[in-house]
Amino acid sequence: MVSIQSIPSTPSSLTHIDLQWIVKHREDRCTLCGKCTSVCPREAIYLTYRRQRMPKLDILRKQRGSEYRTFTGVRQRMAKANRCIGCGMCASVCPNEAIAPVPNGNDARVRMMQNEKGEAATRGGRRNVRYSLLDKVMFNRISMLTDPALDAGRHEFELNTLLGRVLAPDEYLRRKLAGEWIPPVREIFPFVIGSMSFGALSPNMWLGLLQGVAYCNEVLGIPVVMATGEGGCPPWVLKSPYLKYIILQIASGYFGWDEIIRAIPEMQCEPAAIEIKYGQGAKPGDGGLLMWFKVSKLIARLRGVPEGVDLPSPPVHQTLYSIEESVMKMIQSLSMAWGFKVPVYPKISASTSAKAVLNNLVRNPYASALLIDGVDGGTGAAYNVSMDATGHPIASCLRDCYLDLAKQGKQNEIPIFAAGGVGKNGNVTQNGMALIMMGASGVHIGKYIMQSAAGCLGSERNRCNVCNIGICPKGITSQNPKLYRRLDPDKVAERVADTFMAIRTEMKKIMAPLGRSQSLPIGMSDAIGIEDADAAKRLNIKYIC
Amino acid sequence: MCRLALKTASEAFSPYEVLTAMEAMQEGYDGSGLGLLLRGISFVDYKYRNSDPILSGIAHTEGALHRLHDFMQARGYQLKYDHEFDVNASLVEAQDRHKYFVRVYGTPDSVKALSQEELEAQYMHTRLDLRQDGLDNDADLTVFSFWPDVVTIKEVGWPLDVGNALGLSDGRVKARVVMAQGRQNTNYGINLYACHPFFIQGIATMTNGENTAFVPIKEYLTGMHHPGYIGYQSDSEVFAHILHYVTKQLKLPIEAYKHVITPLRTEELNVHPQGDFLRGLRNACRRFIIDGPNCVIGTMPDETCIMVQDGKKMRPGTIGGKPGEWAMASEMCGVDAMIPDRDRSLDFQPMRENMIIVSPDRKEFKIWSQFSPFPLHQAA
Ligand code: SF4
Ligand code: SF4
Repeated sequence: MVSIQSIPSTPSSLTHIDLQWIVKHREDRCTLCGKCTSVCPREAIYLTYRRQRMPKLDILRKQRGSEYRTFTGVRQRMAKANRCIGCGMCASVCPNEAIAPVPNGNDARVRMMQNEKGEAATRGGRRNVRYSLLDKVMFNRISMLTDPALDAGRHEFELNTLLGRVLAPDEYLRRKLAGEWIPPVREIFPFVIGSMSFGALSPNMWLGLLQGVAYCNEVLGIPVVMATGEGGCPPWVLKSPYLKYIILQIASGYFGWDEIIRAIPEMQCEPAAIEIKYGQGAKPGDGGLLMWFKVSKLIARLRGVPEGVDLPSPPVHQTLYSIEESVMKMIQSLSMAWGFKVPVYPKISASTSAKAVLNNLVRNPYASALLIDGVDGGTGAAYNVSMDATGHPIASCLRDCYLDLAKQGKQNEIPIFAAGGVGKNGNVTQNGMALIMMGASGVHIGKYIMQSAAGCLGSERNRCNVCNIGICPKGITSQNPKLYRRLDPDKVAERVADTFMAIRTEMKKIMAPLGRSQSLPIGMSDAIGIEDADAAKRLNIKYIC
Repeated sequence: MCRLALKTASEAFSPYEVLTAMEAMQEGYDGSGLGLLLRGISFVDYKYRNSDPILSGIAHTEGALHRLHDFMQARGYQLKYDHEFDVNASLVEAQDRHKYFVRVYGTPDSVKALSQEELEAQYMHTRLDLRQDGLDNDADLTVFSFWPDVVTIKEVGWPLDVGNALGLSDGRVKARVVMAQGRQNTNYGINLYACHPFFIQGIATMTNGENTAFVPIKEYLTGMHHPGYIGYQSDSEVFAHILHYVTKQLKLPIEAYKHVITPLRTEELNVHPQGDFLRGLRNACRRFIIDGPNCVIGTMPDETCIMVQDGKKMRPGTIGGKPGEWAMASEMCGVDAMIPDRDRSLDFQPMRENMIIVSPDRKEFKIWSQFSPFPLHQAA
């Protein structure tokens, strides 16, 4: 054994079996085209040469020996900054299937090292847990006898939901008769593209989404809306007729709101709604975070900040004294800004205290809805510990809130929207409809739409998840033109349309056997069951086995 | 599937006529229960004054009957007439029916002095308290209705057999409006409160088919904490409560019921003369949207009769008849059996947007459409 100093080993030295992803390269197939190394967002692989021993056996002389040759190949880097993220871009560009990342079956020690210089691990994506309770929900109240199942292909279905405060019937009639104010209500598709900011997403991604949403509305007749996230909205959109498909978000950093307020007089239509973000499921207690890598010239202009600086939003709305007061004042002032013609609702992270917020909203005549974001929600940037261990699952939080409203007879007044993990394993419609039958008026999807419409590579095996540092290999969450030009907005738009058409069909396929077609089955809890007795009890739905 | 039959005529007739007509609709029907609701009552043995409330139900024990007696007396209701059915117990499948009661009461002066609304609440509370009393005592007392000019009978078994068991063919009770529902898939264990027609404060409905939106509607009605919005042993009870809510609580004209349970689609409302009002109404009453397939037949305290379909219109109903006499049924042959001598070419099956209304004068039936202007000045 040699002395420790003579080999290059430090406490944080790593080798490939310590990394989460190991790049397998097949020399026999590689033509050295170099495409993989040039596409790799991490510079995790490099072309290099190696010396190779060629064993030599001279039979006549009965002698063994060696010859050496130099060859060129692809190798993986071990430095943490260059660790492979398993995105698979190398594999996707390789013409010869010569390279691919494989998950390390060993213990990835790199996890223990991701705190250099005292910096705790940050990333994008969502909680790295693949299990989804929503996947276990089954729709089991099947119509067969007195109520025949419907023909999903030919029957007409009412699939839309309402976003906005709905008055109690007697109060509606009273106000209508007295000519008083009736709160604005939007009829929308129950799957909403959840808030992803114009800074978090690349311009091409944003444009693609917006084009897709416009196509869904104007051509397909699916009234999809999308939320901006914090950070404003491009001025051309604010002044366009597309604004009606957009939910503008205001969060604790108030980024982008100078532009928005200034644009009000020039707006051709009203936005779909205003979302006030108080919390986010992926990172409860944190404000938004746009890291300096992503603060490009365009983003800086939109947000009214200098270029290339970190943009952390405070965890709470600083200008206000208490959350109740904040909710009340902000909802009121934002409603006022649009002449009480735009629904204004808060977004909170799922929590054991969600019911208190809800009850506060019930008493606020201007509150239009509540969006609750569960622990499985995604984010562009957060501390790993926030994402993995902080928060509350959406199902029980939503159910508690809905049943609480139902007890007060207010379930039609304040629609609850649910988010966080919808479509985590691809079962987007099933997950969404399960939440709707538990009482949600609709659901928000963020990560799923990135995966479905733009091919986001992120997964709960911690694949990719580098959305925070501006190197998104697909160009979805990068402000670097070299990267985001990889993403064709037209193709994203096409995928958005594909996605919503498929969701619409699947909704019908779920509703038809339940004999439902005349209205979205909100709170139809008799139609669902779950193969988990504890969850069934907690959610007050049927246990099935 | 359940069978529905309603007959309304200016001249009172025996409910037995409707039961015999139901025989025509027997094909494919397992005939396991009967509910009857009569309005415009006359008794052969007693000169009935139609403002006196009538209590209908079943006492399953002698004790229950005594409690009922004491209860009514304590509240100051004077028993004026106790209708005795000629019961043939051997024809009734259930064994625990001590007495089917139909009792006419004199309202105490203190109650008479109440406003109409208070009086109606009083009648409802009396019924609900008695119902609760029965439930608290091993379900030995079942109370169906307590209301002026309304008699209700519910029993398990083949409808005509039930009629024979109660001797309804003797014509001692007659009515101007008879609603009859033949239940399907019923067994002896059934709670009689799960049988149609459902009744609340003078309003009654009966339905066939399943109500797939039952749970959300029930939760919404329950959340209103109205004392009468209870029960829900049947998914169809909500139809009666919604009709009650729309006409009594919201005080909207009866046509609004149709707009509430099967609102027009957005595209249709966009071109409707009162689209704005109706869209708001649809949103406000969104939890009441039914999701059938159902045919709902209802009657009001003033003897108005209605028939509507759910939005899918997979349970057609038919109306036919002649001035002074109209019949509605879930099967066309039922109308034939109730009023054979009519012009069949004038029979009508309401479409998804229609509401059939037969007003108390019974001169004609009105085919009202949701696309027509809504009869409410405030909506204009
Ligand atoms: S999987 Fe991604 S990060 Fe890993 S080597 Fe390939 S391109 Fe680079
Ligand atoms: S592909 Fe882009 S958006 Fe998706 S996880 Fe990777 S970096 Fe994030």
